[in-house]
Amino acid sequence: MPAERSLGLTLVLSEITVLFRRLRTWAMIGALALIPILIAVVVRVASDGSASGRGPAFLDSITQNGLFVSLTALTVAIPLFLPLTIGVVAGDTIAGEANLGTLRYLLVAPAGRLRLLLVKYAGAALFCLVATLTVVVTGAIIGALLFPVGPVTLLSGDTVGITGYFGRLLLLALYVTVSLMGLSAIGLFISTLTTIPVGAMAATAALAAVAQILGALPQLEWLHPWLFTNYWLGFGDFLRQPLVWNSFLDNALLQFGYIAVFGTLAYGRFSTKDVLS
Amino acid sequence: MSGAGLAIETHGLTKVFGRQKAVNGVDLAVPRGTVFGFLGPNGSGKTTTIRVLLGLAAASSGEIRLLDGAMPKEARSVLPRVGALVEGPAIYPFLSGRANLQRFDAADRHTSPTTRNQRVDAALERVGLSHAAKKRAHAYSLGMKQRLGIANALLAPRDLLILDEPTNGLDPQGTREVRSLIRSLSDDGTTIFVSSHLLAEVEQMCTMVAVMSAGRLVAQGSLEELRAAGTVRVRVTTPDVADARRVLSGLGLHPEPHGRDDVVAAELAVPGLLPEAVNAALVRADVRVRGFEASGASLEDRFVALTGEGFDVAG
Repeated sequence: MPAERSLGLTLVLSEITVLFRRLRTWAMIGALALIPILIAVVVRVASDGSASGRGPAFLDSITQNGLFVSLTALTVAIPLFLPLTIGVVAGDTIAGEANLGTLRYLLVAPAGRLRLLLVKYAGAALFCLVATLTVVVTGAIIGALLFPVGPVTLLSGDTVGITGYFGRLLLLALYVTVSLMGLSAIGLFISTLTTIPVGAMAATAALAAVAQILGALPQLEWLHPWLFTNYWLGFGDFLRQPLVWNSFLDNALLQFGYIAVFGTLAYGRFSTKDVLS
Repeated sequence: MSGAGLAIETHGLTKVFGRQKAVNGVDLAVPRGTVFGFLGPNGSGKTTTIRVLLGLAAASSGEIRLLDGAMPKEARSVLPRVGALVEGPAIYPFLSGRANLQRFDAADRHTSPTTRNQRVDAALERVGLSHAAKKRAHAYSLGMKQRLGIANALLAPRDLLILDEPTNGLDPQGTREVRSLIRSLSDDGTTIFVSSHLLAEVEQMCTMVAVMSAGRLVAQGSLEELRAAGTVRVRVTTPDVADARRVLSGLGLHPEPHGRDDVVAAELAVPGLLPEAVNAALVRADVRVRGFEASGASLEDRFVALTGEGFDVAG
């Protein structure tokens, strides 16, 4: 038996390279970056100094402090745009390779089915982080360019300096990334079911919408703690002094449960699947 | 049968899709060091067999040994020694040819990352793609993609190459190159299992063949054995055509009408009847034999006899 020379981390690197050499990936990152830019420009152009009290959370704060652009953009991106892009990447993981036919060559290399699933999930997880950071960082830059920037008053009434606030924004990006892990695992599972990537992408994104709709129905309150979208907008805890970790931990536990369940399902399906494409 | 000396060995290999047996009780025995032709019409189960051999699809029943390892159980130690082209090449269209190969090579944990670029370039060189290595693969022609697929099979030294229709989409020069490539790989000691529906190609490259038809293995052996299993034809050139016909009929043969009026031909369809006995009978009957020829069936005749006439794809 030939020696296995590496842990196989080169496949992770290869996966990241392939993901970020696709025009599609950059188009999605570009679209995500447009969200804070659009918000900031519209607020700047239409600003008459008065707060209307309508629109997405934190929108009215932007004129006073450009640092709020990131927060507003994240709030806008979480329900729709982020799940959509994660749906594309996670839904494409296995189905995309099957569709190209490259799956058979990865498997006879041999990549190993479990290893390939893990690598694919790692790639999708990295994309979640990059997507979230894109919104936060672009928001910070455009906010600083178009609006005054200064110490921020938190939800708890305390004021933090710019560095402290950035630290919290990065924590927030982490929170959102973790929030998307469960959806990525669902996407990975759906992707093992089909050789048509668009179908897997649409199904994943649609599930995110369905979960949010169910989460909005008070009649289904018993179900809400089990929905992977339940804590998606619960990052307010990171905007208090002192930092409260409760929702982060609850969310992490819930997302971990989804990863465990759908990761197992994906492996159960993929490990015995006939690759005929 | 002992597994020693066999690169591929299957027993009762069967693959069922729904109610259809795509592969039905196949017993393959591919000796090491041979160039083995895997023949069969479209839809006869060649590619499905190859998929099952490589562990891409699970066998419904039967056993597989590849390079003395059980498949798919020992895939992790077997597959790094196997290079494969399965059902045509597959590429990432947005990557260059070189990046495509680097990707597939990275999937194999046994290859060394430090020699990766060197091995990728050597494989590209070997199939004549060096000049197009940096080009995005979506701009490749069908033949170039096919070459890239073959290069992928050659990324590391292999003990066994499984090549499914390797000359598909290649121009005549490309076909010749692939043939000489296969010969040189075989000279290095690599066992090569080539599936094809092109008989001429198999005849030129292979020393042994197996023939699939409708999911079953209908013949297996050396090319000579396969040809010999077919009926021999005798062809007599003589001015005494009528007498010659009478003699052949008397021996139980069925002389066929022939375009020339000084030739009588017949299939030697009587068991135990040798061509020399036919000639002796003709001479005894005072037939003036000017020419006598006994020829084996062509591989094509054999192939058609085994897999059936007609243009229909086996359902």
